[in-house]
Amino acid sequence: MEERSKAIQDRIREKAKELLSKKAVDLIIGFGEWTLPLRTTPIFIRSPEGVDRLIWNSFCENNLATYLHKFSHFKVGIVVKGCDARSITALSLEKRFKPDQLFLMGVPCQRMVDRRRVEKAVKGEILCAHEQGDQIIVEGEDFKKILKRDDFLYPSCQVCTHRTPTQANVLVGDPIEETPLIETHPEVEEFDKKSPEERWKYFEKESSRCIRCYACREACPMCYCAECFVDSSNPNWIGKGPSPSDLEFYHIVRAYHQTGRCSGCGACERACPMEIRLTYLTQKLNWDVKELFNFETGIDAETPPPLSTYETEDRQEFIK
Amino acid sequence: MKLKLDKKDFENFLQSLMNEYDLYAPVQLAEGVSLFKKIDQPGEVNLTQLHTQKPAKDLFFPQSETMFRYEKVGNQNQMTSMEEVKRERILFGARPCDIEAISILEKVFVSEEYTDVYFLEKRKKTTIIGLGCNHPLSTCFCSSAGGDPFLRAGSDLFFIDLGEVYFVELLTEKGMVFHKNKFFKEADPKDLTLVKELEDKAFEKVGFSIPVDGIEKRLDLMGESSFWDRIHEKCIGCRICTYLCPTCHCFDIVDEGEHQRGQRVRNWDSCLSPLYSLETSGHNPRPTGRERTRQRLMHKFNYFPKKFNQVACVGCGRCILYCPVHFDIRQAIIWTSPKRPKRFGRGAI
Repeated sequence: MEERSKAIQDRIREKAKELLSKKAVDLIIGFGEWTLPLRTTPIFIRSPEGVDRLIWNSFCENNLATYLHKFSHFKVGIVVKGCDARSITALSLEKRFKPDQLFLMGVPCQRMVDRRRVEKAVKGEILCAHEQGDQIIVEGEDFKKILKRDDFLYPSCQVCTHRTPTQANVLVGDPIEETPLIETHPEVEEFDKKSPEERWKYFEKESSRCIRCYACREACPMCYCAECFVDSSNPNWIGKGPSPSDLEFYHIVRAYHQTGRCSGCGACERACPMEIRLTYLTQKLNWDVKELFNFETGIDAETPPPLSTYETEDRQEFIK
Repeated sequence: MKLKLDKKDFENFLQSLMNEYDLYAPVQLAEGVSLFKKIDQPGEVNLTQLHTQKPAKDLFFPQSETMFRYEKVGNQNQMTSMEEVKRERILFGARPCDIEAISILEKVFVSEEYTDVYFLEKRKKTTIIGLGCNHPLSTCFCSSAGGDPFLRAGSDLFFIDLGEVYFVELLTEKGMVFHKNKFFKEADPKDLTLVKELEDKAFEKVGFSIPVDGIEKRLDLMGESSFWDRIHEKCIGCRICTYLCPTCHCFDIVDEGEHQRGQRVRNWDSCLSPLYSLETSGHNPRPTGRERTRQRLMHKFNYFPKKFNQVACVGCGRCILYCPVHFDIRQAIIWTSPKRPKRFGRGAI
């Protein structure tokens, strides 16, 4: 196993054990191993004896903050990457948690591996995978392939500049220098270059694959409305079937509802079984918010998102 | 009847089908994403993915389907039922698990007790061409769920990919209609040997056993088991596993009406959504993921076999492959049983 991940994993287990032994938390939410290669699974540990199930590697792709809504009556210790911690800060600003309800074990993140990219790079089914230094070694029935890890990262991770969690209670690894691997999200860059017509065409094509499973919504920690607009039948904001206009409506509103609230973790895109590109929209909005309001989600725990506040002195230069 | 089709003639063969039928087959929407769709050009057919994301059930029980339209004309109310399928259809390239699932759906939608005209009409007017699985995925566990990678049951014709040619079997009356198709040739004995080899290899791959047998009885005793308290925890309540499941068949009926006209539409629904069981009063008898996950598994492995003598799972593995939080239904089945299989699929448990 990659040495740095191993050290982080040890510290996660050590800290989790301490928290559970002292009964400082009711449960720990972290990542565990499961049946498929290139993947991990969210796990919930309640006793100090269980902490050895906690693992850390480049496949810990879920944003675990989404589970916190389920555990609002518990004291929770949670393993967070930079983006996950930002979601939690944003949720705290929306008063989702009681003070001291959470204990954040922050992992300065090495950026996560896009399992689908890896799967597409080989012919045949991958039966096992492991990391070695900066490589991923994948094996199937009749092949073994060594891949360069950095060539197979999620787009949201490639552009990330907040890998070290800011509001964590403890860091379980050394902070990382915050430089993006590439300057701009490749899909946002492409999207930016398009004319409005071409943008619409791209958006239309992507959303047309939607099967309305709402995995993007459920995977997102910021989607917690008691009644989502798509579920309401009175008023009936949106048709319930997969007609193109309803699919487009859903995807526009979902993205816009994240404005100034999205940490750019990419959980929505990772969850989509139809591989609909989604982060080009949310990331574009994130950059617009940064440019227009000089605001980034979940960086400080005091400033509310710009679209949730109103002041008479609001800057308005961008209204043209 | 045992025949073969040269792959050089494949597209012409598909065209010959399209002259007589509406052809439905796997189409790739994006790299790694495919589903069954009506084919306009034979070149669209893409069989690279073992499983399409959306299963073939979509052709018999579509995600969204208009049942009838209504309109007020003068003082008269007019209703038009929409079940008619105008042109005979062929479903090409469905895998044995998806085809088995169609016969499972048939038990629900077509019985002495109740007949769903929408399903029945589509089923009656469809000829099914199955495709054997030379390379089952490690997430496939059809053999544990009563099927196998080359199960012919339910297919009218069955194709097996032999590299240069497809080995073709005509299995039913509907299938025999094609015996004079000019692209079919007599199969050689060596083709049969090759088929046997492929079958043996695939059977070996899915030769492990997930303890599906007897699960109905085991679950009888597990209604209030603490098993459910833990198993649901990681489920985020999306609908992927139910929508992509070839046997899940819950639906919701809505009226989409304007002032003088409208239509009644049936859409897929999912027991994993809180909305599914929410009552008008605001009470929800399945208030948490615990009850909803229990419903999903109980329906498949307890209620369904009680009524229809068969589990409502064909072991396609889609729910394992596409779950965003990596819920593994094989593991859930194993946990209900004292028996532990020596191996299953990839990875170790």
